[in-house]
Order: sequence, then C-alpha cells, then structure tokens
Amino acid sequence: MSEIKQISLFVENKPGRMAKVAKTLSDSGVNIRAMTIAEAGDFGVIRMVVDSPEKGYQVLHDSGFTVSMTDVLAVEMKDIPGGLYEIVNTLGVNGINVDYAYAFVTAKAERAMLILRVDDIAAARRFLGEKGVKIASLEEIYSI
Amino acid sequence: MFGYWDPQLERMSAEDLHALQEDRLKAMVRFVYDHSSFYRKRFAEAGVEPGDIKTLEDVTKLPFTRKVDLRDNYPTGLFCLPKNLVVRYHVSSGTTGKPTVVGYTKGDIEAWSDSLARALTSIGLGSNDVIQVGYGYGLFTGGLGLHYGAERIGATVIPMSTGNTERQLELMQDLGSTAIACTPSYFLHIMEVAEKMGINIGKDTQLKVGIFGAEPWSDETRGRIEAGAGIKAYDIYGTSEISGPLFTECHCQNGIHVWSDLFLTEIIDPKTGEQVEDGERGELVFTTLNKWAMPLIRYRIGDITSMTHEVCECGRSHPRIMRLQGRTDDMIIVRGINVFPSQVESVLLRMPAVGPHYQILVDRDGPLDVMTVRVELTESGFSDKIGDLMALSKRISKELKGVLNIVAKIELVEPGTIPRYEGKAKRVIDTRKV
Repeated sequence: MSEIKQISLFVENKPGRMAKVAKTLSDSGVNIRAMTIAEAGDFGVIRMVVDSPEKGYQVLHDSGFTVSMTDVLAVEMKDIPGGLYEIVNTLGVNGINVDYAYAFVTAKAERAMLILRVDDIAAARRFLGEKGVKIASLEEIYSI
Repeated sequence: MFGYWDPQLERMSAEDLHALQEDRLKAMVRFVYDHSSFYRKRFAEAGVEPGDIKTLEDVTKLPFTRKVDLRDNYPTGLFCLPKNLVVRYHVSSGTTGKPTVVGYTKGDIEAWSDSLARALTSIGLGSNDVIQVGYGYGLFTGGLGLHYGAERIGATVIPMSTGNTERQLELMQDLGSTAIACTPSYFLHIMEVAEKMGINIGKDTQLKVGIFGAEPWSDETRGRIEAGAGIKAYDIYGTSEISGPLFTECHCQNGIHVWSDLFLTEIIDPKTGEQVEDGERGELVFTTLNKWAMPLIRYRIGDITSMTHEVCECGRSHPRIMRLQGRTDDMIIVRGINVFPSQVESVLLRMPAVGPHYQILVDRDGPLDVMTVRVELTESGFSDKIGDLMALSKRISKELKGVLNIVAKIELVEPGTIPRYEGKAKRVIDTRKV
C-alpha cells in the first residue's frame, strides 16, 4: 500500500514567505488539498497534501525552499461528536503516538478527513482498519 | 615538488637570522629617526634614541605605532621618503574606521613580491601553474599583491578580481586554473554556485590549491573546502599597513612563515604591552626591516595569534604565526566575555544540519547583552517535526556554550538568505547602543 506523501517546508516567520510558497505552487499548477502551519517563533513548518506531490516537491526545492516529503495517513472521520475520539483512542490504546494531525472537510464529503503523522504508520493502518475506519487511498486524496 | 624560492635565506640558521635582523633593525630605527618628524617626536616621548638600540632585544624600548597614528597623520604623514620615490598607493578599505594610505617605493614592491614568491613556492606553485586571483584589484592590496607575487614565480595569472562567480568557474575550466586566491567565504560561495551549475570542481577543473585569507577562518572550513572541492587550502596573511598579503603556510599547513629578513615579528600581551612566550596567545606586532616609503616601528596590527620559532618540518627557519584567532577589533565582548566569530564558525561547521554561512547579532535587552547566531538550515537537517528543530537549536546553543561559555539564541533561517560576500565577510551585526 503506497502512502500519501505530505510535503513539509521550512519557512522563516516573515511577511511574504507564505505567498512565495503559494505562488510557486500556483505557477506550476499544483493544487493544495489540505494544509497547516505550525509556528515556532522565528520559523514555521508548513505541511500540506497536494494533488501532485512529486511535482510540488520539485518546484519548491528548485525555488530554493527547504522541503521534505513525509508519509501520512488520511482517514475518514464521521462528522459527529465522538468522530475524532474513535480514531485517536484506537491509536492510543494500541500504543501508537500521533506526532501531529490536521483535518479538513471536502465539498462533496459528508465526512471530515483527518491527516495524521504517526510513529508506526503500518500498525495504525491495521488497527484502524480492524475498527472499520475508512482510510483514504492515494487516488482518493489526490483526486478530491 | 615543494622547493624553495631562496633556499639559503629561507633555511638560514637562527644565529644568522638574529644577526641579520639586528643590523636591519638598527638601520631602520636610524632611518625613521632621520626622515620622520612623527618618529622623532615619538622616540623623544619614550625617551629613546637610535643609539639606545644596540641589540635585537632592545626593540622593547621602542614605542608602539597604532592604526590611529596612520589616521591622525592622514594621508601621508608617516611617509619617510619624498613622493617622487613612491610608485604606488594602496588605500585600506576602512572597515574599522577612516581609510589609511600606504605608499611603496619600487624596492618595497619588489620585496613584497619576493615575500609572496617564497610563499607560493612553499605550497608547490611555480611557472607551470595558472593562478586565478579572485581578490579585489584596485585600492585593496589583495589583487595586485597576489598578482605581482604570482608573476614573480613565472606563473600565469588570471586577474579575475572578485565577483561574477559563473565567469570565475567558466574561466577556471577553460584556462585550466590550478590555483585560486580569494576569501574563504567567497570560495564556499563558488562551491555552491559550481554545484548549481553541475560542475564538480574536483573532477571538472584542474584546481589543486586554494590560497585563502583576508578574513579569519577555521580548520573546520579548511576541512569542508578540501573535502568538497578536492583541493589543498592554504592560509595567507598580511594587511595593507605592512604591504598587503605577504605570508602563507607552507605545504606542512602548520603555521604561517613570517620572513624575518623583511619583518621583526613580536607577540605581546595587549594589556601590558610585554612580549609573551612562544605558543602564548597575544597581539601581533610588526616592525618593517626592508620597507622604506612608509616603514613602521612596532606596529600593533590588532590580530590575535601565537608564534613559534621552532624550525618547520619543511626546513624553513623563519618563525611561524598560528591560525589567526581574530582581530582585537572584530572580537566582540558579550557580557564581559571575549567572543571571536571564528569560534562560532568552528562550532557551526561541525554540524551538518546547518550551512557554513552565519551571522552574529548582538543586541541589548535592558542591561543585558543578547547574542543571536543566525544560521541556515540545510535540507538534510530539516525535520518536519517542530520538536526536532527545537532540539537542533538547543544542540547548537549547547555546543556554542561549551566553546564560548555564553548562551546564544539560535535562529534557523532558510538557505541562501544570509548575505554572501565577495570580499571580506561581515559576520557581526552589533546594534548595542553604548
């Protein structure tokens, strides 16, 4: 099973940096599916899932950004109270740590999508699967 | 392969060198006394006359000369010969104040070229070499100094000057440069540009030697350059007041040979002015022994280093000064502790997660000095977990504390955002209001 590739970028916390990232992707026709910024004082880390990760990675790298690719899980979350609990509790009781997570809702979906970086992606996939949690495939995410 | 330019002189016995220096010192002291009202006044204030200098050791009776004396007597108040004998001026960049003017007779230029001819020969360069001079030509002494030295040994010179990095690489390939002379920070930049252009300096050029100076640099930078470009990197030393670039390490890479027939070199305690022992750190002091348009007596150059009089493995008997620790004037005092940028550099270069370019920012928060070290994160050092980046900052800070005994804030920045310099790098930004 090939995992979803998230692009991560190191950016200084300065006006215009985010715009430069967005412009670089826009100029090469890469569409952002989901994104989050974690800020830590002078710098931040932008994480995003895009429709064409290899291309996104390449254009950002070539523009001089410090960029990396990370495997993440995208799981469907019921858009009801307790939807998040079901997922993170399954991981927690099975000893899997969530490094970070961010969620988004798609236009056509009744469900929210949760992007997760965990310390053991294969185990997370297995335990969530056993609980009947739907895990989005590469194609599903890239073609939303 | 590693010969001598002037074997007899370069391997002269300690006794003979001592006698030669003694004669030349006495003659020089008499000369400046007879030709300069500045020195006559200085000697009178110190209560010393040329006749008091009977041995080499008597040099300590002579008063020091400082950069401020050159400025106060701007432009040519320290010249000892009439202008018609002066064939060239160089003017210092004035990085630490008003510019200073140095004049040279034809003989002064000859002696300068000879000094470099010996140095270049000691690192294996000769008439078959193509030397690309990437120091600035013009008022700065680096370009023309190296140029004359390289021509003296019969090498082919490419007078590139600084800048135009892609052209530097193009001509390096097309004309087969075997050596390059520039600042170490500029060479690091050349290496970056080469990589972007898909040029492997080790394979695609004939470069074998780098002559790097005009700013303090560390053994770690040497390691990075030698491994990255597949060349030998040698330290060169000199400043405009004493002529320009004059001395280099020999192929043993164990200290810079300072020619005793041309200069009397002392290391002093900057506080007391007393000479220190071999191996002890202190301020460099030069007395010119064969430079006549603008001689200098006990000139305090402001650079910090140590010296050894042991005969080098290469057979040369002239003393060696060790890698420069920095200048008394680029030393920054943070919370009462002396900090040299070169110390910061040596720590950063041990860490592959960050690049070789850096800036030191010193500011004041209330009564307290705050030092920030700004450094570029490399792609290999990047983790998308904030915790890892915080840990990296902490690790750098801890390593710095180990060397400097001071806590510095670490600011990780994007690659390519710290200014690159073609001449002297400006590493320190001090915004403290004193």
